[in-house]
Amino acid sequence: MLNFLARRIAQIVPTLFFVSVLIFSLQQLLPGDPALVMAGEERDPAVIEQIRQQYKLDQPIPVQYVYWLKGVLTGNFGESLRNKMPVRELIAQKLPVTLQLGSMAIVIAFCIGIPAGIVSAVKKGTAWDYGANLFALWGISTPNFWLGILLIFLFSIKLGWLPASGYVPLTENWRASLAATIMPAFVLGNAISAILMRHTRSAMLQVLESDYVRTARAKGLSERSVILKHAMRNALTPIITLGALELGTLLSGAVLTEQIFSIPGFGKLIVDAVFNRDYAVVQGVVLVTATVYITLNLVADIAYVLVNPRLRG
Amino acid sequence: MTLPGSFRKSELASVDHVEVVDPLTIKLVLKTPYSPLIAQLTDRSGMMVSPKAAKEAGDKFGLHPVCAGPYKFVERVQQDRMVFEKFADYWNKDNIHIDRVVFLPIVDATVRLANLKSGGLDLIERVLATDIKDVRADSRLVLSTAPELGYLGLTVNIGNEKNKGPLSQSAKVRQALDLSIDREALNQVVFNGEFTPGNQWVSPTHPYYQKAFPVHGRDIAKAKALLKEAGVTTPVTVDYMIPKGAENEAVAQVVQSMAAEAGFDIKIRAVEFATTFKQAQAGEFQVFQINWSGRIDPDGNSYIFMRSKAPQNDGVYSNPEADKLMEDGRATSNVDERKAIYQKLTKILLDDLPIIYIYHRTLLIAHTKKLDGYRQMPDGLVRVVGLRFK
Repeated sequence: MLNFLARRIAQIVPTLFFVSVLIFSLQQLLPGDPALVMAGEERDPAVIEQIRQQYKLDQPIPVQYVYWLKGVLTGNFGESLRNKMPVRELIAQKLPVTLQLGSMAIVIAFCIGIPAGIVSAVKKGTAWDYGANLFALWGISTPNFWLGILLIFLFSIKLGWLPASGYVPLTENWRASLAATIMPAFVLGNAISAILMRHTRSAMLQVLESDYVRTARAKGLSERSVILKHAMRNALTPIITLGALELGTLLSGAVLTEQIFSIPGFGKLIVDAVFNRDYAVVQGVVLVTATVYITLNLVADIAYVLVNPRLRG
Repeated sequence: MTLPGSFRKSELASVDHVEVVDPLTIKLVLKTPYSPLIAQLTDRSGMMVSPKAAKEAGDKFGLHPVCAGPYKFVERVQQDRMVFEKFADYWNKDNIHIDRVVFLPIVDATVRLANLKSGGLDLIERVLATDIKDVRADSRLVLSTAPELGYLGLTVNIGNEKNKGPLSQSAKVRQALDLSIDREALNQVVFNGEFTPGNQWVSPTHPYYQKAFPVHGRDIAKAKALLKEAGVTTPVTVDYMIPKGAENEAVAQVVQSMAAEAGFDIKIRAVEFATTFKQAQAGEFQVFQINWSGRIDPDGNSYIFMRSKAPQNDGVYSNPEADKLMEDGRATSNVDERKAIYQKLTKILLDDLPIIYIYHRTLLIAHTKKLDGYRQMPDGLVRVVGLRFK
């Protein structure tokens, strides 16, 4: 186990280096000039030149990369071209927001998707099974932005129960924070729960037909014990991995939902940065996202090993 | 003028130096006569900032601005909010009745309106023209409007070597395109009739609008005749670049459909906004449909776009007579003299058509009925002096 951990951790640095070179190079392929965007609609030539010099955009690309890498190694991710804030500060502001939203979405997804998948598998061919499959189809097919606007219309405008948009940090007021994030979290979690439900159902069906489950039943164990203690534990290992990967995807994939609910999160940060050609922000965000994604994968692998004793040692 | 990193320096380039006459009076000594300066000082470059704070903060001044208005800056959380509190020592404090103002950036118009209706917001800007009916039907809301200072126009590539075509070669072809567009119909179809059709760089309600050249109707027969006179083979293919966005695409589609009847085959190319600037500067377009937010003085809507070698003259239009008139228009502050100069300029530019003006937006602000005293100004800014909650 320790060897496994050490090997995985050692892979992180070269992976991140590769990611940084890749994103830096890919950005240069984007059409458009960051200095031109920053200068605004007036496009004053003197201002454009000033911006190029200040942010070293007039230097060759490898030189720009070296300047940036030097900064990253000392904890300085550079400055946003758009608003002159340190990128590190922007990330520190936005990452917790999306992590909160993502975590809530995953909890909702697990709470809905896994029980639905188990029930669907155990009650295969019944109305429960058909109902769960219909729910899954609806969850996968429903566009996030449509569901979001529908929820705003119902819960904010018609019922007045929840705020239509905005964000309140948990540390400031946990009740207001939950009220502001429950709808966007549900929107995100809904789609993931449908995917989890389908995977849980498939995994459970496979496990329920296995020899050891037949043996457990033959030994006289209750059906509840067979499903929850024996079948589910084996079926869940791939589901955990899937959940961890989905959380990683949520970090940068919650853009539409953040847009609809005006959540100042990571997804919105990176999309705005790309449109504004705010290179430093894009690079910083991608690097942090890659780090979080790699970490989540590592956590998923560790959880996998812990849940499945056959993989230990 | 002296703030490091300021983007406004060129707007004050006409100022040679400033003399302090007394504690409440300064004298701006100019390098040359420049009548647009007064209007510019009511805009971005005329905002009063604290010299001490500006000197200390340098190019980071924008992160913690200290100015001379009725509110003081409290905080800004990027993409989340900007918070301002009433400044107790403001000279006009008796007319400031709201203690705190919070700006929330909400990019989606539907979500903005939903927030207003749910009571989450007190005021929203940039209401969609298609939502006006909804706002008017809601007894809890009020709609405030004002004509904008800017315009939407079609910049034609005239002088760039890249992408030259029939439009660049002949003013008659540009006039034909102009005549194929029914501006009032476009306004009805896309904006429910709420915007103002236009044909000049200032709106028909602007003091410098030249009434001698009113917005003309559509004339397909004349458009076809002009194309014939120009000797071009129809259909005339046009590379038509627009920034991505639902409204831009709707306008472009209407223009495409109308122009087809006159013999134009418009190929709409929707490009991401940042890229349009680059491509426009590089001359990689034949027509570029773009909005200009507008300036108070007519010079601000014309000089930088149509003067030879001006920074935003993307079409590389050059007419020495027009250049001289634009310079003359800046050199006098007499309104009647300027109007006469702009009349001559309008004649030239409506013949040459380096930019085909289509409409002027109406600024649409919706707010709760509980908010009293709100009046929208054409510059689009939200003003809070005199505002109060009932």
